[in-house]
Amino acid sequence: MKDTPLSNCERDFLLKAIEEKKRLDGRQTYDYRKIKITFGTDYGCCFVDLGQTRVMAQVSCELVAPKESRPNEGIMFFNLELSPMASPAFEQGRQSELSVKLNRQLERCLRNSKCIDTESLCVVSGEKVWQIRVDVHTLNNDGNLMDAASIAAISALCHFRRPDVGIQGESVTVYSPEERDPIPLSIYHMPISVSFAFFQQGTYLLVDPCEREERVMDGLLMIAMNKHREICSIQSSGGIMLLKEQ
Amino acid sequence: YVPAKGETVIGIVTAKSGDVFKVDYGGSEQASLSYLAFEGATKRNRPNVQVGDLVFAQFVVANKDMEPELVCIDGSGRANGMGVFGAAGLLIKVSLGLVRRLLAPHSDLRADLEQLFPCELVVGMNGRIWVRAASVQQTLILANLLQSCDTMTAPQRQQLFRRIQLGAL
Repeated sequence: MKDTPLSNCERDFLLKAIEEKKRLDGRQTYDYRKIKITFGTDYGCCFVDLGQTRVMAQVSCELVAPKESRPNEGIMFFNLELSPMASPAFEQGRQSELSVKLNRQLERCLRNSKCIDTESLCVVSGEKVWQIRVDVHTLNNDGNLMDAASIAAISALCHFRRPDVGIQGESVTVYSPEERDPIPLSIYHMPISVSFAFFQQGTYLLVDPCEREERVMDGLLMIAMNKHREICSIQSSGGIMLLKEQ
Repeated sequence: YVPAKGETVIGIVTAKSGDVFKVDYGGSEQASLSYLAFEGATKRNRPNVQVGDLVFAQFVVANKDMEPELVCIDGSGRANGMGVFGAAGLLIKVSLGLVRRLLAPHSDLRADLEQLFPCELVVGMNGRIWVRAASVQQTLILANLLQSCDTMTAPQRQQLFRRIQLGAL
């Protein structure tokens, strides 16, 4: 199903309002919407509300054989689903460009930044490692899915506990949560992505665009950072050129 | 929203194909609007409608078996407030109940709004409202007010309006 088209007068009004530094819901240029994080009953289940945007992340794990190139490391698998619940424009078939883009960005932000210690996920080198799977589902789209998804993913990973394992020689026993307490994952740092939307060829900039602002924007810049002031990933889309000062 | 004959709605023009415009009004399919259905339009004198414009029109055919049709003139051939509009101003989506409350003959919601500040409102029965006020800030206040007073009772709403009047942002 297609989304409602954006009328010309809405586009003009939004651009005019941005020129006067006014946003639709009364925020300032650098203001974020209210963020609410709730955890579910299972370990690793997390809901994030960013204004009206709502996403859910769920982390699960299983024991698998590791990749041949990296026998000592565990595997991390990320999956972001744009469900039709989020917006009538999203369809069930996962081909859409946006879904691919968000998936790539989430993977780069969390996997390449090495925020999780994958070597600690190894149980028997070369034979059994933990595969951690993070599934992010979008429940409502009101703009800025990427930030909400990254917050949800990293919160769910922090909340998750994996079962304890015991190794006797060659045999591996996985203890259930009743026998031994599950262990949290070892997380080095928490990368969070921040989105900047650009309008009028880079003259105006807004943080955390809502859905209407996203439709009108020229370009988007997503920067993932952690609290030690390190940049984990940068992605710019929309084809605008930025000067260094911006 | 389910269209009904005789209701006026705000639609967004999505395509121009031949003599007909395709208009999205928020329902399950798009309605068609003929270019001759405007006041003073003839085959030579076409109306100035572009893709993406807002139109205020009424349904002349709206049943579950056929594609809905819109016109911008009433029975006697006069525009009566319908047609293309919306040079500056904001389009918002509200619930159908709020729209009906606004359009009711003696609605106190409308009386409260009139006392706030001068503004132009186009109300479509498909839940879309177009607002324009003197400045961008006032338009934004009005839009947010309308969206939030949907779920408020009358005293709460009057309290909110009074606060706005005193604040006079």
